[in-house]
Amino acid sequence: MATEAHSPEGATGYIIHHLTPLATGEGFWTLHLDTLFFSVVLGAVFLVLFMKAAEKATSGVPGPLQNFAEMLVEFVDTQVKDSFHGRSALIAPLALSIFVWVWLMNFMDLIPVDLLPSIGKAVGLSYLRVVPSTDLNATFAMSISVFALIIFYSVKVKGPIGFAKEMLLTPFGPWMIPFNLLLKLVEEIAKPISLGLRLFGNMYAGELIFILIALLPWYIQPALSLPWAIFHILIITLQAFIFMVLTIVYLSLAHEDH
Amino acid sequence: MSINATLLGQMITFALLVLFTMKYVWPPLMQALEERKKKIAEGLAAADKGKQDLENAEKRAKVLLKEAKDQAAEIVNLAQKRANDLVDESKDAAKQEGERIVAAAKAETDREVQAAKEGLRKQVSTLAIAAAEQILKTEVDQNKHKEVLQDLKKQLG
Repeated sequence: MATEAHSPEGATGYIIHHLTPLATGEGFWTLHLDTLFFSVVLGAVFLVLFMKAAEKATSGVPGPLQNFAEMLVEFVDTQVKDSFHGRSALIAPLALSIFVWVWLMNFMDLIPVDLLPSIGKAVGLSYLRVVPSTDLNATFAMSISVFALIIFYSVKVKGPIGFAKEMLLTPFGPWMIPFNLLLKLVEEIAKPISLGLRLFGNMYAGELIFILIALLPWYIQPALSLPWAIFHILIITLQAFIFMVLTIVYLSLAHEDH
Repeated sequence: MSINATLLGQMITFALLVLFTMKYVWPPLMQALEERKKKIAEGLAAADKGKQDLENAEKRAKVLLKEAKDQAAEIVNLAQKRANDLVDESKDAAKQEGERIVAAAKAETDREVQAAKEGLRKQVSTLAIAAAEQILKTEVDQNKHKEVLQDLKKQLG
């Protein structure tokens, strides 16, 4: 949805420029400042909005903000109750924050691709990648945290011995322990990897197409970027929803005792 | 696109976000929702109760109305009976009074007739005697026929 002209380095340079994060540090200790900044700001937007709604929450007639927050809370609560049986003070709030945070991060995709980088350039930032969910670090941070919770709850509910039994003895019984373990490890590790990569891949591809559309002459751009943006409204919601539902499903699986 | 320390930063951000949501966002909103659910349920129950009460009251009102109608009918009956009695009583009284008046009138009439008869008798005897005297004056000697005259007088009187 950009209206800016190409950067002087040509199409490849333009694309690379857009996909390069504003980074500081060396090697592993590199920090993507733009990812961190935008995710923190968006998280703060979520918290401020919802805390404001929660603060003034009444059982009487709700205002528009409370109504909106309640709608989301009920939506998430329904999803949690559908797949998670049992009580947990963590899963529902976790699902809500995942859904809203991921949605907000994905939403950055709908801001014209050149708008924020141009402003960044004006204030002296050479690179700016505005969509945090196109950064593997952001998506894996969530999926690895969820993975840690999966392991934590598996051990907590089944006990260390139960968990070890499940890792070693299923699905083929005691004579196939190494194979069972390998299978289980792959199964467990596939969860965070697929969770993180799915979101990253969708958002990265979407952003890339916006960048490619921005490379076209200005009179063609609206004809392509408008349908893509409209379609993307669906994508960002769907991806946030999928991330949330899979988190709930994985955690409820972790709670199930075989 | 490399994995680096940003991951750790994002994890911390995520953890804080979830923590805050757990503490300050989810419970109050859920509580408000639960409370509203309860309120609605209570309201519905109250509405049902109100309906039941209304039905009961209507039933009671019907019973009371029927009782009142019965009572009114009884009172009307009694009044009618009393009225009939009164009419009968007054009829009797009037009859008696009428009879009494008639009897008194009759007695008075009788008395007057008697008096008139007496008067008439007296006048007739006097007239007869006078007429007889007129006739007899010439040829009857008063003294001679005194006895006859007296006798006649007696018969007429």
